[in-house]
Amino acid sequence: MAILDLANPTRFLALSARLLPWLFAACVVAFAAGLYMTFFVAPDDYQQGATVKIMYLHVPAAWLAMMCYSVMAVSSLGTLIWKHPLADVSAKAAAPIGAAFTLISLITGSLWGKPMWGTYWVWDARLTSVLVLFIMYLGLIALWRTIEDPIRAGKAAAVLTLVGAINLPIIKFSVDWWNTLHQPASVIRMDGPTIHPTILWPLLVMALAFTLLFFVMHLMAMRNEILRRRLRTMQLQAASARVGVATSQAAE
Amino acid sequence: MTDLLALGPHAGFIVACYLVTLGVIGALFAWILADGARLRARLSAMEAQGVTRRSARARKSNAGEAGS
Amino acid sequence: MSGWMGALFLRELRLSLRVGGGALIGVLFFLAVITVIPFGVGPDLNLLALIGPAVLWIGALLATLLGLDRLFQADRDDGSLDLMLMSGRPLEVLVLVKCLAHWAGTGLPLVLAAPVLSIFLNLEPLAIGAVALTLLAGTPALTLIGAIGAALTVSLRRGGLLLAVLVVPFSIPVLIFGVSASGAAVTEPTPFMTPFLLLCALTLISAVVGPVAAAMALRFSSD
Repeated sequence: MAILDLANPTRFLALSARLLPWLFAACVVAFAAGLYMTFFVAPDDYQQGATVKIMYLHVPAAWLAMMCYSVMAVSSLGTLIWKHPLADVSAKAAAPIGAAFTLISLITGSLWGKPMWGTYWVWDARLTSVLVLFIMYLGLIALWRTIEDPIRAGKAAAVLTLVGAINLPIIKFSVDWWNTLHQPASVIRMDGPTIHPTILWPLLVMALAFTLLFFVMHLMAMRNEILRRRLRTMQLQAASARVGVATSQAAE
Repeated sequence: MTDLLALGPHAGFIVACYLVTLGVIGALFAWILADGARLRARLSAMEAQGVTRRSARARKSNAGEAGS
Repeated sequence: MSGWMGALFLRELRLSLRVGGGALIGVLFFLAVITVIPFGVGPDLNLLALIGPAVLWIGALLATLLGLDRLFQADRDDGSLDLMLMSGRPLEVLVLVKCLAHWAGTGLPLVLAAPVLSIFLNLEPLAIGAVALTLLAGTPALTLIGAIGAALTVSLRRGGLLLAVLVVPFSIPVLIFGVSASGAAVTEPTPFMTPFLLLCALTLISAVVGPVAAAMALRFSSD
């Protein structure tokens, strides 16, 4: 029922306008709490020292990079299967945000790598997969920008997004395989069951804050996209009206 | 500030990370806001020219019929 | 049933091998890439033998990417793609046949040229065989995955570059397993069969995903 309600863009605009201030407030609160915990509660790592504070940006950004792609994949299913009118709006709005978070994850990862590994870039399995994901985001954005008609662009991008969703696990697996072939696991591992609560809680709060930030920006970008399509139809209408007037004048 | 937080020998990298994140998110936010403002301005300019969407026209004609 | 498939296959193959078909330009490009490599990394024969399989694979990947825009573009330009869409045949099978014919015209010559070119790179006979075998198993996957990009960009005027950008991420697994398998054939301890079988699996997966997705994209681009 909620999904059907949202199918009407005008209703979606009204609903999202009511929802946005609350989401934004929650996002600000979560960021305040998360940053406070990061800098004043979370202890330094005994191996990595204070650089562990980079993790509170890097891991949520990487999580969002993946979540954003899942949002786009679900939206693409909505475009292709249910022909939901807002699905391709959602997918198109999510792509630049996903690319931005992937970029943040890459930059913080390499800035973390410099003190830890002594170099800005290591062809580590995770960093490499994120780089491939970044290229896929940019390719999708490029595809959207080259096809002029928004409906056709949405369908083409939906096909590509779903092919990407099928291929991403394969790419991840092959990159992992390639990585173990070339360098036996020597990188710092911070995943695993023994992550201490004093580190885990700030991380979870920061992840929540980033997720809320994603939804705030996604809703705003979706509203922009709906307005952009309205503007486009109005421009086309105005142009065809002008042509109509011109031809009728010519006929007289 | 850095002394207060005691970020250790790699403070520069940590600060750089937070600044980069702030910069990227800030740029994205600013772009979304500017894009929205531009679109709203152009939409209202179109409406001022008298171009209306089909649904708006239908609503207006319905109101006209009800009035007459 | 198989009559129209055979006819389509032969038509595509003939068109790609004829004047203006441009299939063999891919091999020429392959040769050019391999020739350029020693100017970049130096003429050290040991180094060339070490990176040889990787260079051959990357050359084959680039040559395949360059030829992909021919897959649907010419048929769209002269309208025969619309006829194929309206013919009532299963579009997925049609795309698969077109891909196989395209591979026979552009991919197979690359596989046949690889042993000759590997002499330039100082490869041992065993490595030459391994590279040729992995290319034989792997290049169909590149064409089949590339068909998705070709179908998505078929309506664009200058889709060739975008096509390459879209397809490259998906070709990474093929490249990884192809190069690992041909490397494993030379270095003793690592097994050859594991990456080779994974490469074959990738080709089979892309034989399903590629035609289905490309057919979907073609249907959308026509309406």
